[in-house]
Amino acid sequence: MKEKRSFGNKLLTVIFAIISIVYLVPIFEVLINSFKENSYVNTDTFALPNAESFVGFGNYIKGVTFGNYPFLMSVFYSFVITVLSAGLILLCTSMAAWYIVRVNDLFSKIMYYMCVFSMIIPFQMVMFTLSSTADRLKLNTPWTIPIVYLGFGAGLAVFMFTGFIKSVPLEIEEAAAIDGCGALTTYFQVVFPLLKSIMISVGVLQVMWIWNDYLLPYLSLDITEYKTIPIHVQYLKGSYGTVDLGATMAVIMISIIPVIIVYLFCQKYIIKGVAAGAVKG
Amino acid sequence: MKKKKNKPSASAMNSRLISRPIRRCFPIFMLPTFIAFCIGFIWPFVQGLYLSFCKFTTTQNASFIGIENYVKALQDPTFKHAFGYTTLFAVVSIIAINVLAFTVAYFLTQNVKGANVFRTVFFMPNLIGGIVLGYIWSMIFDGILSKYDTYLLAKTEYGFWGLVILMCWQQVGYMMIIYIAGLQSIPEDMMEAAKIDGANKWQTLWSITIPNVMSSVTICVFLTLTNSFKLFDQNMALTGGMPVAFEEGGVMVNTTEMLALNIYQTFYASANSRGVAQAKAVLFFILVATLALLQLRMTREKEVQQ
Repeated sequence: MKEKRSFGNKLLTVIFAIISIVYLVPIFEVLINSFKENSYVNTDTFALPNAESFVGFGNYIKGVTFGNYPFLMSVFYSFVITVLSAGLILLCTSMAAWYIVRVNDLFSKIMYYMCVFSMIIPFQMVMFTLSSTADRLKLNTPWTIPIVYLGFGAGLAVFMFTGFIKSVPLEIEEAAAIDGCGALTTYFQVVFPLLKSIMISVGVLQVMWIWNDYLLPYLSLDITEYKTIPIHVQYLKGSYGTVDLGATMAVIMISIIPVIIVYLFCQKYIIKGVAAGAVKG
Repeated sequence: MKKKKNKPSASAMNSRLISRPIRRCFPIFMLPTFIAFCIGFIWPFVQGLYLSFCKFTTTQNASFIGIENYVKALQDPTFKHAFGYTTLFAVVSIIAINVLAFTVAYFLTQNVKGANVFRTVFFMPNLIGGIVLGYIWSMIFDGILSKYDTYLLAKTEYGFWGLVILMCWQQVGYMMIIYIAGLQSIPEDMMEAAKIDGANKWQTLWSITIPNVMSSVTICVFLTLTNSFKLFDQNMALTGGMPVAFEEGGVMVNTTEMLALNIYQTFYASANSRGVAQAKAVLFFILVATLALLQLRMTREKEVQQ
């Protein structure tokens, strides 16, 4: 439908432009308040910083050095956990899903239904036992917690991968097998490249979940030594009597800027990934 | 878009040529996921079920006491309150989020200039985590309410509507994406046929558009339903259950505490009620699973088969 845009459509553009600006106000608020002196955040939340309230990057310096744990360590550990976990989930569950679809024996079927079942389990159901298991198996460091994420996140990933692999034509793999490829070569040389689009979908959903997850790492990690960004923000805000709102806003700003930059560059994939992921459900 | 109808034929075609070498590689393909799945899900789930019938402070010192925990959990006034509060919140937020998301998606697919930019903006809050969202909005609400000499934690209503606004801000963009995908998959000839038959915009919306996006509605209602019942981070960061009220009998109730937070508090506020907390968690799981399945069944019936 390539008709000319009518007056109504132009009006819609204007309305949406206004709503979009309003929609961004909260993020803008964080930005301006991160430059204000603490006592002004609560009283003049919506005013721009003026000569009296402006503190420059003081809040940022304070926020990053506040407490006895360096904020940049939390950023680092968040990054490590997210990258390792998402990578591990993508690799292992896509292989498992291929096994489930192609072998399709009783074990595969049970595994598949267990995965579907695990998707509706609220985390509170397993949180106590999961964190004590993680503790006992020494899965309480950023380097080992990806195994916990693989286990708890396997459900959705396996479900999405199996749904996709069912539509991959068998002939290509048969040809590879006849040419003498073993299972591993077939998977990595033939199947893996075909999974690119679903990999992006699963990857996007997993990264969004793991990066922002609070309770699982909070309960499983040894948090005196390792913190993630959400844990750090909660710790700044929750455990101190006098909360420095200006510094908290600075820390929040530091934590959302990289996310927004990544989003602006990859938004095409992220939005496609979310849409594709939902349709499969 | 594609329905899973051609599934059986595909799996029947699986030749042994393919399956045998894969089966031989079980330790490489399946074992890592299987072991992690046992550690991260199956074992904690089974142990959690068992512990709900036990008295314990750690997983090591459990002693079986039967259904006592469940009796205590069901009699707990804070749990009942959390249940009522969560249900109310879920109903309000499911309606609000889906109506808003559908409306935005509907108008954005009307050949609007700059639709991609608006879509990008509306989706953005999804990338911010629940804890951070809670603190951003608590600052904003406190800023607004301070103009009226009050604050967010002063009244239960403030916390309730605050959480609804927060969740709308976060989720509308996500659901909008799903609705847009649904709207774009409606066959164009159907729309054209309606136009030729002289249907006006409302008639087209009610008789063609909405029935054709029912599969998106199923997904979005499912996601908003489970998200609202499982909500934890945003609830904890925005109000943390405050303000406190006293019910008759002097029982203290956190009036904006939802189920997930209530279970968390029962677990970790003191070590004495962990059995009760685990029983609450099992009840919570049964509730969420039942609701999810019921909802899927109800809206699936209304879907149009293409």
